[in-house]
Amino acid sequence: MSALSIPVSAEDHIQGNPTAECTLVEYGDYQCPFCGQAYPIVKKLQKRLGKRLSFVFRNFPLTQLHPWAEPAAEVAEFAAANGKFWQMHDLLFENQAHFSNALFVELSEDLDLLPSQLQTAVSEGTYRPRVRADFSGGVRSGVNGTPTFFINGHRHDGSFDLDSLSEAIDQILSQRTHAKR
Amino acid sequence: MPSILPAGKAAPEFRLNVTPDQKLSLSELRGKPVILAFYPADWSPVCGDQMALYNEVLSEFQKHGAELIGISVDGVWCHEAFAKDRRLHFPLAADFEPKGAVAKAYGAYRPGEGVSERALFVIDRNGTIVWSYLSPVAINPGADGILQALENLAK
Repeated sequence: MSALSIPVSAEDHIQGNPTAECTLVEYGDYQCPFCGQAYPIVKKLQKRLGKRLSFVFRNFPLTQLHPWAEPAAEVAEFAAANGKFWQMHDLLFENQAHFSNALFVELSEDLDLLPSQLQTAVSEGTYRPRVRADFSGGVRSGVNGTPTFFINGHRHDGSFDLDSLSEAIDQILSQRTHAKR
Repeated sequence: MPSILPAGKAAPEFRLNVTPDQKLSLSELRGKPVILAFYPADWSPVCGDQMALYNEVLSEFQKHGAELIGISVDGVWCHEAFAKDRRLHFPLAADFEPKGAVAKAYGAYRPGEGVSERALFVIDRNGTIVWSYLSPVAINPGADGILQALENLAK
C-alpha cells in the first residue's frame, strides 16, 4: 500500500526540472481548504530547492464534500489544453473561497482563454474523463484524502507543513547525494 | 495491539442499527461481497476523512457488486447527523450496545480508548473473510487494498 501506481509521465502537469532528483506529486482538490494551505508551502519548497525538485499536480476532487471541486478541476484541464495549466492552477487556489461559474469565466478571460470554449468544455464534460482517470489512479495509489503527497513515489504520511515536507524531501536528496559518491 | 481476524475465517454475524429504526444483519448481504470498514469515530477532520473518501469511491466498489458498511461505536443519531453532513451514500452501523461488541468479535477494539481500530475486512459471497487490514489508527488506509481484494475475488 501507499506507493504511486501511475508513474509520472508526459501526460502529467509537471512544473520545474523534469529530470530533478526529487519529484513531489500532489493529489489535490481545488476547493479543499487544506490544499489551499498546501499551495504556498509547495511554492516555498520549489523556491528553496530550485532544479532539484519537480512538482506534479493530479486531480482528486472530493465531489460530495466540495461541489465546485470537479468543475474547477475541469477548468484547470481546459486551461491545460491551451497551455495554461499552471497559471489556472494558481488562480484557482488563490480564489478557492469564491468559486462560481462567473469566476471561472473571469479567470479564463484573465488568461486570454475563450469563455465560450470553456463553457462548451464544462457543459460537455470534455475533460471529465481526464479528471476521473486522475482520481481512479489516485485511489489505486492509496490516496486517502486531500492533499496527499508522494515523494519519489512514496506516500508522505506525515503532516504537509513546510518543515515536515522539507525534512522528508531533504532525506531523499541526501540519500541520492550519498549514493552518487 | 489486538490481532484482527485474518483471511480464511468466517465473518462473525452481527445485527446493528443503521438508522434509528432499521437494523442490518451481515447475513442479509450473503451472496454479495461486503466491505466492513471499522473506524474510531464520526466527525474526524473533513478532508482526510476515511468515510468521505469511501463515499467518493463507492461507484468503484459497486462495480464489483460489493456493499460497504462503515462501523463505529457512535450511536445512531450521531451516525445520522454525520452521514447527512458528509452526504454519505452507504450505511453506518452503530456498534453501540453492548458497546464495541462487533469490533471485539473481529479483534478490532481498542479497550483503552473505547473505540474501534481502523480495520478493514473484505468478506466474500459466502461470508468468509478474504482480506483484512489493520491500519495505524492515525492513518487513513485509503481504498487501494479494498479494491485489490475485490479484484482478486473476481478472479
